[in-house]
Amino acid sequence: MTATLSALTAIVFVNPVPWARAQMAFTLAFHIILVPLGVSWAFMTLIANYRGLRHQDRAALVLAQRWSKFMAVTFAVGAVTGTVLTFEFGLLWPRFMGQWGEAFGIPFAFEGLFFFTEAIFIAIYIFGWRRLKPWAHFWTGVPIVLAGIFGSISVVAANAWMNAPSGFVLDSDGRVIEVDPIQVIFNDSMPLQAAHMLIAAYLVGGFLVASVYATGMLRGRRDRYHYLGFVIAFSVGAVATPIQIGVGDLLARWVYSNQPVKFAAIELVPTTSSDVPETLLGHLNEDGTVSGGIPIPGLASWLSDPSTGRATVVQGLDTVPPDQRPTVRQTNIVHLCWDIMVGLGTLLFLLSVWYAVSWIFRRRMPRSKWFLRAAAVSGVLAVITMEAGWVVTEVGRQPWIVYGHMKVEDAVTANTGVWITFFAVVVLYALVGTTTILVLRGMSRRFRTAEDFIDHDTPYGPSQPEVPAGAEEAIG
Amino acid sequence: MSTAVAVVLLLAVVVYAVFGGADFGAGFWDLTAGGPQRGERPRDVIEHSIGPVWEANHVWLIFIFVILWTSFPEAYASITLTLFVPLTIAALGIVLRGASFAFRKAVVDMRYRRAFGAAFAVSSVLVPYCMGAIAGGIASGRVPAGGQAGDPVQSWINPTSVLGGVLAVAAAAYLAAVYLVWDARRLDAEMAEYFRRRAVAAAAGVGVIGLVGIFVLAGDASYLFDGLTSRALPLVILSALCGLGALVLLVRNAPRGARLLAVIAVASVIVGWGVAQWPYLLPESLTFSAAAAPGGTQAAVLVVVLLAGAIVVPGFVLLFVLHQKGLLPEEGVEDRPAVERG
Repeated sequence: MTATLSALTAIVFVNPVPWARAQMAFTLAFHIILVPLGVSWAFMTLIANYRGLRHQDRAALVLAQRWSKFMAVTFAVGAVTGTVLTFEFGLLWPRFMGQWGEAFGIPFAFEGLFFFTEAIFIAIYIFGWRRLKPWAHFWTGVPIVLAGIFGSISVVAANAWMNAPSGFVLDSDGRVIEVDPIQVIFNDSMPLQAAHMLIAAYLVGGFLVASVYATGMLRGRRDRYHYLGFVIAFSVGAVATPIQIGVGDLLARWVYSNQPVKFAAIELVPTTSSDVPETLLGHLNEDGTVSGGIPIPGLASWLSDPSTGRATVVQGLDTVPPDQRPTVRQTNIVHLCWDIMVGLGTLLFLLSVWYAVSWIFRRRMPRSKWFLRAAAVSGVLAVITMEAGWVVTEVGRQPWIVYGHMKVEDAVTANTGVWITFFAVVVLYALVGTTTILVLRGMSRRFRTAEDFIDHDTPYGPSQPEVPAGAEEAIG
Repeated sequence: MSTAVAVVLLLAVVVYAVFGGADFGAGFWDLTAGGPQRGERPRDVIEHSIGPVWEANHVWLIFIFVILWTSFPEAYASITLTLFVPLTIAALGIVLRGASFAFRKAVVDMRYRRAFGAAFAVSSVLVPYCMGAIAGGIASGRVPAGGQAGDPVQSWINPTSVLGGVLAVAAAAYLAAVYLVWDARRLDAEMAEYFRRRAVAAAAGVGVIGLVGIFVLAGDASYLFDGLTSRALPLVILSALCGLGALVLLVRNAPRGARLLAVIAVASVIVGWGVAQWPYLLPESLTFSAAAAPGGTQAAVLVVVLLAGAIVVPGFVLLFVLHQKGLLPEEGVEDRPAVERG
């Protein structure tokens, strides 16, 4: 008994595959929350900054400055957790990097370029409030936005390449002997995947920031500062949401045509058939049957190709051998996450419609407490939506790390100590994550107690003449 | 073409050491600055000196990784497989350091500032030690070719690695002190003298480590030693002369010239390492040309380098010029500094 137990322990702890996979998933899941803030917060800050300068709006300027201070913290945490990922590519997946680094790595070279630009200008912007000329300072923020956009596109290009590997020639031993960098970067999956993630960054960033101000408003802080903080951020999220649904639909159809096995896992399709239902929830059993859930007849087929409608044939999981498709458990994870992504995405869409309708017909944001309550949780929902979407694309690709070319188990490190690093990483990240939230909260409290903006806190130096607060548009 | 990429790689290492290294070194002085009262002023100088620039400096490390894995993927696999432990420690140390530094600036409560400061300072010493140990493991030929794992322990616990680690920490502290003398003139003139004394001490320390290092390398890393004493000898001599010159200027209180000479001293020893190791990426088992990725990849990397020259370098220069002119004074987080810092 003890012998079996210790043997089992040995196997569990020695086999690096699950641990490496868990560590990569954990660090990516953590980092991906900071990505939207790095990509879209600068854009929102510049909106506030622009408004502040153009319309002499003091509250908007203060908002922009404080956002930039928060950004300093989230950007630093994002930068270092991103660095860990560059270490992990080698530490956890050395065989993957050794075999494919010359192709997979190329988008990262460009990403490095953009990240560099971002780091430089974010420093100038954050530290430049007091001594740079106002408009010059504003313009130093613009490269941050552009670098964020192109940087995230570059990173996603690398991930897209794992889904649609192209741009290389292999010799008879399977070694890469020729690389076409353009083809690697602009691989088949890249345009839609990059668009989907980029818009997600704006969507999540917008709702996440807005939810903080919605909470503040619910607690009775209905001043212009909170109003601006909410409206700028929520508008960004609300504009991004419908676009995201359109892009997501196109991407799903791309997966249908190019990664049929992933698509079968998403739609829970065990055997090839037409008139495939869209099963809400439910799960796949070991024997290949689907049970539970609410099937909507023919919808999955219809969505896959509206031109052929319910007659559209969807390839089943059983069209490839078991060792080339996700396991039953993975399939269920993919399907559940798909439902979560689509379900929460729809809720966020409805919330955006509510907001838009109010603006169109009443020329103001909704006054309902229920709207603010929903908006207050929209940030967390948006993060969950994004995480779920990312699980769909990653787990849906299993068992491949490079689709059709290399399996995850052949890519992993030979180091048996990965379980130790996994726990170390979890502990460290839990600490860093908690502290980040506490520090951000502490900053916001401190800003609030300094409500009567002291000179020291005024952007563009103490010499700036008093600017009257803008027109009282605030609600309530 | 692989030669060009190798040169780029070496340059990236030099720039990272000269800029990023000094940020780590500043952490060393933060660590040794004493209690909250005694250490407040030097810590203030340190914070203002590296605050706006450390993230940009840090990106050079990512550049090094990216060049390595795109252009020399097989060597990258060997390095990460063999040097798993120090690389992991370095990665975790980088998280701890960057996050703590950002947190420390963002809080006012002295207790938390101390805790974050301690985490920042300790990891600032740990990370360069690991980097140096990694360099030592590679330079002494302990990383095998072919995407294979070498000895997981001896590859980084060996005489050359210890030398590399200690030298990295000392050189980083030395560079940081020299820069801080210069920055302190603008921020807190009395602190210039404080850091000048430390710069002199660090210079002496680096010199002693360098002398000891000659014997270590002679016994433990013969290929590197032969290279350093033959084709890389001019660089070694240049480094020694500049180091001495910088020391003289520091003693005579001429920080501007000292800064330049200190940079040349550190840069030339790293270039010397590269020249001594040439043509090997992993000494005596894998040459740069044998490790090189296909031409298309190398071309892409060189394109990125050209773009970096056009986009990143001007931005980097702008950042440093603004910083040096004192136009990036602070994030202004302290809303009530005098009261709450107490």
